[in-house]
Amino acid sequence: MYGVNASDLHSCSCCPQMQFMLLFSRQGKLRLQKWYVPLCDKEKKKITRELVQTVLARKPKMCSFLEWRDLKIVYKRYASLYFCCAIEDQDNELITLEIIHRYVELLDKYFGSVCELDIIFNFEKAYFILDEFLLGGEAQETSKKNVLKAIEQADLLQENLDFQICLLPDFVPRAKLQADKGERENKDVLSTL
Amino acid sequence: MPAPIRLRELIRTIRTARTQAEEREMIQKECAAIRSSFREEDNTYRCRNVAKLLYMHMLGYPAHFGQLECLKLIASQKFTDKRIGYLGAMLLLDERQDVHLLMTNCIKNDLNHSTQYVQGLALCTLGCMGSSEMCRDLAGEVEKLLKTSNSYLRKKAALCAVHVIRKVPELMEMFLPATKNLLSEKNHGVLHTSVVLLTEMCERSPDMLSHFRKLVPQLVRILKNLIMSGYSPEHDVSGISDPFLQVRILRLLRILGKGDDDSSEAMNDILAQVATNTETSKNVGNAILYETVLTIMDIKSESGLRVLAINILGRFLLNNDKNIRYVALTSLLKTVQTDHNAVQRHRSTIVDCLKDLDVSIKRRAMELSFALVNGNNIRGMMKELLYFLDSCDPDFKADCASGIFLAAEKYAPSKRWHIDTIMRVLTTAGSYVRDDSVPNLIQLITNSVEMHAYTVQRLYKALLDDISQQPLVQVASWCIGEYGDLLVSGQCEEEEPIQVSEDEVLDVLEGLLVSNLSTPVTRGYSLTAIMKLSTRFSSLNRIKKVVSIYGSSIDVELQQRAVEYNALFKKYDHMRPALLERMPIMEKTATNGPSETVQTNGETDSTILDTKHLPSISQPASQVGFLKHGFSIQTCAHFRSNPNPNIAVITIHATNSTEADMTEFVFQAAVPKTFQLQLLSPSSNVVPAFNQGSVTQVIRVLNPQKQQLRMRIKLTYTHKGSPVQDLAEVNNFPPQSWQ
Repeated sequence: MYGVNASDLHSCSCCPQMQFMLLFSRQGKLRLQKWYVPLCDKEKKKITRELVQTVLARKPKMCSFLEWRDLKIVYKRYASLYFCCAIEDQDNELITLEIIHRYVELLDKYFGSVCELDIIFNFEKAYFILDEFLLGGEAQETSKKNVLKAIEQADLLQENLDFQICLLPDFVPRAKLQADKGERENKDVLSTL
Repeated sequence: MPAPIRLRELIRTIRTARTQAEEREMIQKECAAIRSSFREEDNTYRCRNVAKLLYMHMLGYPAHFGQLECLKLIASQKFTDKRIGYLGAMLLLDERQDVHLLMTNCIKNDLNHSTQYVQGLALCTLGCMGSSEMCRDLAGEVEKLLKTSNSYLRKKAALCAVHVIRKVPELMEMFLPATKNLLSEKNHGVLHTSVVLLTEMCERSPDMLSHFRKLVPQLVRILKNLIMSGYSPEHDVSGISDPFLQVRILRLLRILGKGDDDSSEAMNDILAQVATNTETSKNVGNAILYETVLTIMDIKSESGLRVLAINILGRFLLNNDKNIRYVALTSLLKTVQTDHNAVQRHRSTIVDCLKDLDVSIKRRAMELSFALVNGNNIRGMMKELLYFLDSCDPDFKADCASGIFLAAEKYAPSKRWHIDTIMRVLTTAGSYVRDDSVPNLIQLITNSVEMHAYTVQRLYKALLDDISQQPLVQVASWCIGEYGDLLVSGQCEEEEPIQVSEDEVLDVLEGLLVSNLSTPVTRGYSLTAIMKLSTRFSSLNRIKKVVSIYGSSIDVELQQRAVEYNALFKKYDHMRPALLERMPIMEKTATNGPSETVQTNGETDSTILDTKHLPSISQPASQVGFLKHGFSIQTCAHFRSNPNPNIAVITIHATNSTEADMTEFVFQAAVPKTFQLQLLSPSSNVVPAFNQGSVTQVIRVLNPQKQQLRMRIKLTYTHKGSPVQDLAEVNNFPPQSWQ
């Protein structure tokens, strides 16, 4: 209770890592789940349920960090979506906030003023972007431009007629997606970006 | 066969469902369609179907029947298929499924694909969820890619290698050659992931750590360039160049510098530079400062640098951003033992954080405050902590109360202050106080002999106000039972003594017995207290009546006590005074927690003999030491064989059966030279007439040579207006008292 020796400050036998990232709405609906540790479906569901409840119960004035089980949870709300990361005890919470913010910026740049509906209807894209930014829970690219460039190229690859037999209408190229934006009924604006 | 419904169409449809049941129905229908499509081995729409399945999986529905389909997608030549296939694998397959091993071959092929984006998919999947077996099989491929000049792949390979090492630590060696020129890269992505890889290796292997220490100058140079270089739009975050890379480098430096003088010295300047030059207006700058502080505290830094680090934390405490304050408190808590004085300087800011709105911040501030309490600041700190106790959440109260008791015990400037502090805690947070605090407090009170009258008076007054807080009530009952005579005789010196009669006191104690607020344990306490007063008060009949009533109580514990007390009245009345006399000083046998001497919480107590719980005590031997017409002195000796086997504690009872009181009664004793004597305060200096009470005095005798105990006693008192002096020698102490 009275603190730990300074030498214990960094006494981990293995490197601390991000264990998972969850995105969920204010009603507790899951919009994205990325797990960097092996867990069975049942455990994942249990963790998700508990954590969502815990985070949603937090009041606005509270800080972005909370202790949960033996992990540190870093969360931030952007309009109607909660971005929630679980890191280990030795990790730097403040830089994790920056990681979250970088991911939101990437989504925003890609979708053009992103909102929750974008993530709902294009969840696979949200995953692709995340997987170009983080790998195994660590940032693989620190340049915003490079991440977006890679996604753009990969998207083009999908459309490339040489490379696939037919263009499946599901995977609408980015330009068309922006035109569809007008059709959406409820627009929830992510005002913090 | 119509084409399967499109993904976004399905999402739109499902979102129109108004009830859970409606949604489930839609899902089931679509799943059935998807299943039949899978059965028909439809290549065209497999991708679409799996994508839909992944959406439904996210909603919480089972999707295991799509696992094999993911594998088929991965094996396809279409990029779209692969993209969805790998995504599906990462979501639906984990290493517990046997199926996942089937991926290995596909991944191996894709790692060697001609298109880097396909290679990227494979690296990402392997690095995210590859099992140990997969990692073993594919480590060679990853190692190859770690040496490529394609930075897009190299950075991914580095993180993939990290995952491989985590899963199969023995494979770490094989990546060593490839790390040779990783830090010469200009590409930030590669640099960042390389630093992560090096960190992982150094943390896992002391040999690697020694090997990579030589990289310190290079790391310092890279960090310096980041700080000194001009604006770089690609990596800029609020005016800071690549904070992610800076933080990872700082962390690696921490590991390399720990315990090593040379490395620590080599990084000293850059750490000072980062600490003083980093912009602190935004979170990103503070993230870097935070990492810097952690590094400074962990390596062998010079004291000036350490003070700089603590001061940064001190400034963090004043930051408007509560996240920063939280992080500061956490770090200070970790360093308070080693850099105590430096942290003390920020004590007032830390104490202010007790008033923060955030629960986590408050808790840390509380823990830190307790760590900072010392003999110099105890009064001020305790004021703040008691105020905090009043207003904090119930979750905190137990810990806070315990912390206050501990701190008070260690640093109390005076006994009076100590008792007052205990009183304050009991009255404001009495119901949250831990059970083990009650015996501790009782011991504390017993041992503060000169404060007995004051303590019992305060506790009595507290009971008049509130009998709902059980720990308070228990301690109070015990004290009244012990020192009730001091209470009614108005002996308090510290404050204005209250006027209270024996009946009033008994009213209160009986009130506790009948109150619904009292727990069974508390009732036990109050019954015992009433019984004890039979030797201190004169209202014997009333006490006898109460005790006999409870002889038929439904509560078995109370019943047993009452029956035994009754027996004491009826058959063993001659033993009663000795058995119920004042408790002696209790030595603590352990420094923390309740000592074995204090079992007077009465929970297991079916004994009337409190003395039974004192360690290794033989039966108290009571005998008449002095008898004069109408005046008797009984001695009762308690013997302890530990902790100090040479100390005998003797309690004297003086009773007076004459028709007049003996006032100004003073008891003095002398012992032979080989002994040492300590006389504690007598319970009073009036021996009431007609055996209405007694004066108790405790004597401690140190007998290192174990000689037979002899004592000369001198009594002076006033009887019927005339001063009297008596001398006597007491030789008949039982052998146990000195052997």
